[in-house]
Amino acid sequence: MNDDEKRAVDAAPPEPTRRQFLKGLTTGAAALGALSQTEGCAPVAPALKTAGATNTTTVCPFCGVGCGQVVSTRSDHVVNIEGDPGHPVSEGTLCSKGASAIQVVNNDRRVKKVLYRAPGGKKWEEKSWDWALERIAAKIKETRDKTFQTKTKDGLVVNRTEAIACLGGSALDNEEAYLLTKLMRALGLVYIEHQARL
Amino acid sequence: MTNHWVDMVNADVVLIMGGNPAEDHPISMNWLARAKERGTYILHVDPRFNRTSSIADVFAKLRSGTDIAFVGGMINYALEHNRIQEEYVREYTNASWIVGDGYGLSDGLFSGFDAKSRKYDRTQWAYALDGKGEPKRDPTLKHPRSVFQLLKQHFSRYDAEAVCRITGTPKESYLRICDLYTSTFAPDRAGTWLYAMGTAQHSHGTQNIRSYAILQLLLGNIGVAGGGVNAMRGESNVQGSTDQGLNWDGLPGYLKLPAEADGDLKAYLKRVTPVAANSASANWMQNTPKYVVSLLKAWWGDHATSDNDFAFSYLPKLGGGFQGQGYSFLPLTHAMLAGDVKGLFCFGQNPAVGGANARLIRSGLDKLEWMVVADLFEHETAGFWKRPGADPAKIPTEVFVLPACSGVEKEGSIVNSGRWAQWRHRAVKPIADCRPDLDIVDGLAHALKRAYEKDGVFPDPIRDLAWDYGHEHEADPHRVAREMNGRFLIDVSNKDGPSFAAGKQVPGFAQLRDDGSTMSGNWIYCGGYTEDGNLAARRDVTDAPNNIGLHPKWAWTWPMNRRILYNRASVNRKGEPFNPRKWVIRWNAAEKKWEGDVPDGGMPPGETNPFIMLASGVGQLFSPDLVDGPFPEHYEPIESPVKNSFSKTQSNPCAQVWKSTEFDRYGTPDEFPIVATTYRVSEHWQTGAMSRNMPWLVGLVPNAFVEIGTGLAKDLGIKSSDRVIVSSARGSIEVYALVTERFQPFFIEGNIIHEIGLPWHWGYAGIVPGDIANDLTASVGDANSAIPETKVFLCNIKKKGLV
Repeated sequence: MNDDEKRAVDAAPPEPTRRQFLKGLTTGAAALGALSQTEGCAPVAPALKTAGATNTTTVCPFCGVGCGQVVSTRSDHVVNIEGDPGHPVSEGTLCSKGASAIQVVNNDRRVKKVLYRAPGGKKWEEKSWDWALERIAAKIKETRDKTFQTKTKDGLVVNRTEAIACLGGSALDNEEAYLLTKLMRALGLVYIEHQARL
Repeated sequence: MTNHWVDMVNADVVLIMGGNPAEDHPISMNWLARAKERGTYILHVDPRFNRTSSIADVFAKLRSGTDIAFVGGMINYALEHNRIQEEYVREYTNASWIVGDGYGLSDGLFSGFDAKSRKYDRTQWAYALDGKGEPKRDPTLKHPRSVFQLLKQHFSRYDAEAVCRITGTPKESYLRICDLYTSTFAPDRAGTWLYAMGTAQHSHGTQNIRSYAILQLLLGNIGVAGGGVNAMRGESNVQGSTDQGLNWDGLPGYLKLPAEADGDLKAYLKRVTPVAANSASANWMQNTPKYVVSLLKAWWGDHATSDNDFAFSYLPKLGGGFQGQGYSFLPLTHAMLAGDVKGLFCFGQNPAVGGANARLIRSGLDKLEWMVVADLFEHETAGFWKRPGADPAKIPTEVFVLPACSGVEKEGSIVNSGRWAQWRHRAVKPIADCRPDLDIVDGLAHALKRAYEKDGVFPDPIRDLAWDYGHEHEADPHRVAREMNGRFLIDVSNKDGPSFAAGKQVPGFAQLRDDGSTMSGNWIYCGGYTEDGNLAARRDVTDAPNNIGLHPKWAWTWPMNRRILYNRASVNRKGEPFNPRKWVIRWNAAEKKWEGDVPDGGMPPGETNPFIMLASGVGQLFSPDLVDGPFPEHYEPIESPVKNSFSKTQSNPCAQVWKSTEFDRYGTPDEFPIVATTYRVSEHWQTGAMSRNMPWLVGLVPNAFVEIGTGLAKDLGIKSSDRVIVSSARGSIEVYALVTERFQPFFIEGNIIHEIGLPWHWGYAGIVPGDIANDLTASVGDANSAIPETKVFLCNIKKKGLV
């Protein structure tokens, strides 16, 4: 399956139960549609902004409840994020943060380029990824090689550096957190922590 | 969580303590509301009457830091009123075990305390052993040195009067909570215990949780539907990132990082592989060598062979850490300030706001040679060098900010509080120049491999690191997930069992091996991405036959898709459910198989003890494994307005209390008479690094504030919206006052004690800046976990402009 096919399958809603169907009637377009029918007028509601959009399921990035969300996109742009009615924990509902999730993606305040501040510098400079990754790797190597302990004074093999620390991970995916652990331990880091304590 | 969110609806009584799900885990309230409609009692214990309290049947206030007194009294109540699940306690806990003569408690100190090192000699708490080396037992629970009798004796001091004098809880609501909650001792009733950071972030945080576990074991509430000890997790993947070993002392799957004394793989495995404490223990972790070797094979591939100890020497070994305190957050920040740490990575973490004693942390950042931040927004840590009052010219740190992707711009799995690993699909390509963290780590790994190609100190672990996740900078998360699950490296056949071909995914961790024939990056995720595909992506909501909301085909849960941990404790020794109405598993004798949830180990019912992950196999009412005592004992927080009325031991004698820097100052009640706690609001998230950059959320709650009770506010002449100065021995901040009746004064030992609350979401970056609450908190760590004591400290407060 390519990405689009996967998305289509994943976003295909499960057969609605009666409860879910009724719940759908109380919200959004369905409610408007019902209203205009009962009044016998032509529909006055504007077309939904999600009409014709591609839907993809995701999970809310905030707390640990793990609520389901449906992301509607058009031309590779997110046009809406709302609760996933098929999700067994959240059943279509979201809190104030989850309902604002579109502003995590579409936000002018996002960092959009690699930023660099030189020692003593007063402002950011934009840099390329290639430059930054090579430079960071060089800094890591310099610090690691200068501080690496292969043995203790008593001759115990320790193969570590206590001069580099790594923080974070709770906002990462499992696969990302796993690779981060793998790389940092391979470098010999012992100062590894994340938000579980904070 | 032992259980999961949907399961809360199965509870007869819910007790929430040290958490505020209505604001911090809002959607969980749907399930609490539904439970309430069915007649479930909701009990809430908190210093502040908040939105969770507003739906509770009983709210009981307690002064921050007094959980052990509160719950100790509940344990005493259950024992005094014989409200225990007797069969469960006798069979499934260590209540009947006999403790040796060395154990004792005197004036708040357990036996074996060494005042100089502030450490216990835990061998003094050992069990009395029989001729076979197993703990002696008395199934009648009457032996005076049985755990049960010692427990009774220990908590007999925690009567309701004594408890309420310490906690400040009105006795009537206290007794109501004791009565309602302990009613779940009946085998067909269940009580669930929910908590969050309000429990953990104390100098005795681990013992707070221990007290919950002890009560739950006495009531038979662990392993059953609607029961459990359930940590409500604050971040979308704090559970998963913990599972992946992003902690100083761990490896993926809660394996331990080797220490200096572990000279080789054999010595390490001998130390970390538990030995069964009795013949009825399944002791699952005896399989540790299989999980360790499979991890080493996943990390160093063909370079990990039986000839080189599977590259065991490539793993770093833990030493004593900074000033002998290990490598967790508090020693890390102190090592940074001392200039020992030269380089820092922050992947989606903002310690300049989120860490305890945050001024110390920001000064520590000034000492770094370089820092790499990967995040969505420029938060306080990224821009620490231009913070108010700083002179960038004097800060030598080289700073890199790497633009990361939000969850919808990448794919991968995250794990909710209930251990459900749920797959997120990519909805759009990364915006602008942003990259998923996976590609950032992948890019770094490739750059480092290049850097170490020619030279470098001990380059082997980097050069030999198995790293093949596809095109550079476009790492494939499926390849990573498959590695975490693991695969067979050669054809493997089992006598009387299935055979597997090289290259096939391992179906579950029972098939992992310690001879190098399997690899698995994280054994507890083994079974999640098998030949059946990516189980975390499943979307089938069909329930299991027991119809208790397990949804076993929705996503995937570690371990082995088990939805309720310790579920063997939900049945008796014949495999019959204690509560047939809401059974979790049951033994089908005709077909000789378990039904319902995935059982904790497939062995038939009978002799095997249910808690298979423990070397004892039984729940530990008495636990010699903790560094600060086998039973929880009430101590005051490090900063407290009162003397400990239970003993002369004022605070946890084993707590990590930092005193080595100018930032490590402590206040006395004379100068700082008010108790302070920190909390969160539903419109913001953690340090605000995301939410304070989101216009809708900033519009809802724009400004930093302190919540003050009406009585205290009147005494101090403070009205809502006044600007006030809140100070502690560490510093002071200026915020708006919010005067409410939600904080009520406590009457403690004849004194009136006030408590205030500070949301900790603000900092100097974001749309609307605000002062940092963690500038007031101290570098104090829990004795066992080293989690900082940010939920209670002493402060003072005054209206701005008043002298």
